[in-house]
Amino acid sequence: MSQTAERTADTPVSPPAKKAVSEGKKAERKLGLWLCAPAALVMIAVTGYPIIYSIWLSLQRYDLRFPDQQKFVGLENYVTVLSNSYWWTAFGVTAMITVISVAIELVLGMGLALVMHRTLVMRGLVRTVALIPYGIVTVVAAFSWRYAWTQDTGYLAQLFAPDSALLTQRVPALAIIILAEVWKTVPFMALLLMAGLALVPDDLLKAASMDGASAWQRFTKVMVPVMKPAILVALLFRTLDAFRIFDNIFVLTSGAQETGSVSMQTYNNLIKGLNLGIGSTMSVLIFIAVAVIAFIFIKVFGTSAPGSDDGRKR
Amino acid sequence: MAEIVLDKVTKRYPDGALAVSDVDITIGDGEFIILVGPSGCGKSTTLNMIAGLEDITEGELRIDGKRVNERAPKDRDIAMVFQSYALYPHMSVRENMAFPLRLAHVDNATVTKKVEEAARILDLTQHLDRKPGNLSGGQRQRVAMGRAIVRSPKAFLMDEPLSNLDAKLRVQMRTSVAKLQRRLGTTTVYVTHDQTEAMTLGDRVVVMRGGLVQQVGSPQALYEQPTNLFVAGFIGSPSMNFLPATLADGQLQTPLGPVPLSDRIRRLVEAANAPSEVIVGLRPEHFEDAALLDEGERGRGGRFTATVDVLESMGSDKYAYFTVEGETATSAELDELAAESGSTEMTDDGSQIVTRLSAASGAREGAELEVWFDEDKLLLFDPSDGRNLTYAG
Repeated sequence: MSQTAERTADTPVSPPAKKAVSEGKKAERKLGLWLCAPAALVMIAVTGYPIIYSIWLSLQRYDLRFPDQQKFVGLENYVTVLSNSYWWTAFGVTAMITVISVAIELVLGMGLALVMHRTLVMRGLVRTVALIPYGIVTVVAAFSWRYAWTQDTGYLAQLFAPDSALLTQRVPALAIIILAEVWKTVPFMALLLMAGLALVPDDLLKAASMDGASAWQRFTKVMVPVMKPAILVALLFRTLDAFRIFDNIFVLTSGAQETGSVSMQTYNNLIKGLNLGIGSTMSVLIFIAVAVIAFIFIKVFGTSAPGSDDGRKR
Repeated sequence: MAEIVLDKVTKRYPDGALAVSDVDITIGDGEFIILVGPSGCGKSTTLNMIAGLEDITEGELRIDGKRVNERAPKDRDIAMVFQSYALYPHMSVRENMAFPLRLAHVDNATVTKKVEEAARILDLTQHLDRKPGNLSGGQRQRVAMGRAIVRSPKAFLMDEPLSNLDAKLRVQMRTSVAKLQRRLGTTTVYVTHDQTEAMTLGDRVVVMRGGLVQQVGSPQALYEQPTNLFVAGFIGSPSMNFLPATLADGQLQTPLGPVPLSDRIRRLVEAANAPSEVIVGLRPEHFEDAALLDEGERGRGGRFTATVDVLESMGSDKYAYFTVEGETATSAELDELAAESGSTEMTDDGSQIVTRLSAASGAREGAELEVWFDEDKLLLFDPSDGRNLTYAG
């Protein structure tokens, strides 16, 4: 350890020169490829093919109700979808649900993670109880939320708004959808963040309190920066997940009152409307959006690994 | 700068385990005091209690005459250096050192001035904008020191700050730490398990064992007048030789032969009400190659002849190892010391004796050698409780 540190201390690390690869290296690389090959082939079969097939479909006019009119139309489907206000409404709803729910999940998840991390008595029980919502099937949980908020019969509806059907109004319905999402995924967030908390050495927090930091300052100035990579990974996972939200909306509102997400729109066009062309176009657009989110996160993540002068070193 | 008083400080964990018991130490203003002992002896717990990182179960801790038991670490105005350095990985060296000042809302100009001053003292000026991850062990250690000195605290606490460095650097840093402490004149409490560090660094050394303070004193006093078998065996390298012996009629029957007691020792032993079975302790440097001494000197000590098992020539002197036939000295203290140093391969057929001879000695491995030892330097211990029967105080 001290050797590498010594080296970086006084001489800048020279970039590895691109030299001719030695025989041993070549053989090793070959073996590596062979070892990866089966997994890569399975991946291509189960993900590559559907992706390419749906891209192909998205370039066709292909409505199962009018099979005779199938024809290659280039990017016409994309023009249709992207100039349609329904798509953009759904996109806006999805983005809003994603941002709000992930933000709330981060705050609550961090709180729960701290509690689970600090708990000394009945650690196992606390952690198990906290994870229950994540263990329940989404559809089942969504139905219980729906019944709870149904006018006249639901206990939450009676408690908070006995005279109105909240699930039939846009803003309350969206709030309930977000609530269901948050309730379900906070434990997952907490689990990911707890792994990050374990990475913060105790000595660091002790040092901070010796340096005069209050509990809040220790949290914001030491804990959060040190566990930033874990936070970003948690955010990435949750953002990608949240952007594809489907089951909660499907059960709670079926997308009524403009509460549908992009995944709902895709489902409506592809499965209900039997329009393979438009449906595939939407799914490709979702894929692109998710890829963009992942790219942005990994860019940010990659450039901010703590303890390095610049991002490229790690 | 401050005086730190530990008044019957005790730490008991909720499960009942007693980590530190009745520690009574007054650390003077500007003093450099070392807490030393084997792992689990309570030295780090004591340090953490001074820091405020662990609660004090009983007793009182006073800094500058004020009780601080209930004060949070941040309100005690004490800086600490950790074995792991505990540098903030996301901050540059400059930000790390400035951190305590920023938290204290010191203005920018002063922060810059103090950080740069500390960096100059510690030779870190050219590394100020690096992250800790890109520094060597020694540099990280200096940053940790820098973070402690920038805010001129009342006291420094150091928890094995040099243990993660390699041997050569450790010796270097040891000198720097001592110099720095003298220069700043700040009260310092330093924890280590390394008796060499303890001997070379401190004004006073506190030897701890099993949560109890064994002895407090200057390094020389601990070396020459250990209060018990544990301190005698722990302090000094190579450590003291121990042999079983029988005390009768002012004479000592040892595996090295009968040894008459000097008047000084006889008086001490009588005053101490010694049992008949005792343990004799002799330091390696109290032996000498008998051939190198003139008649007068030879007469003032005991002599024995044995075969040299191993000879280590250090240049300045020679270490000769002998095996002395017969029983070995046994006591709880010695067993603990053996376990701590990992030397469990005690020879079955006798005790091993380490002697430090002059470089001029003609000792050879496998050959017999007549060895002289200074009778007046020997120490006697009670095997049942380990107390030093020849302790002059």
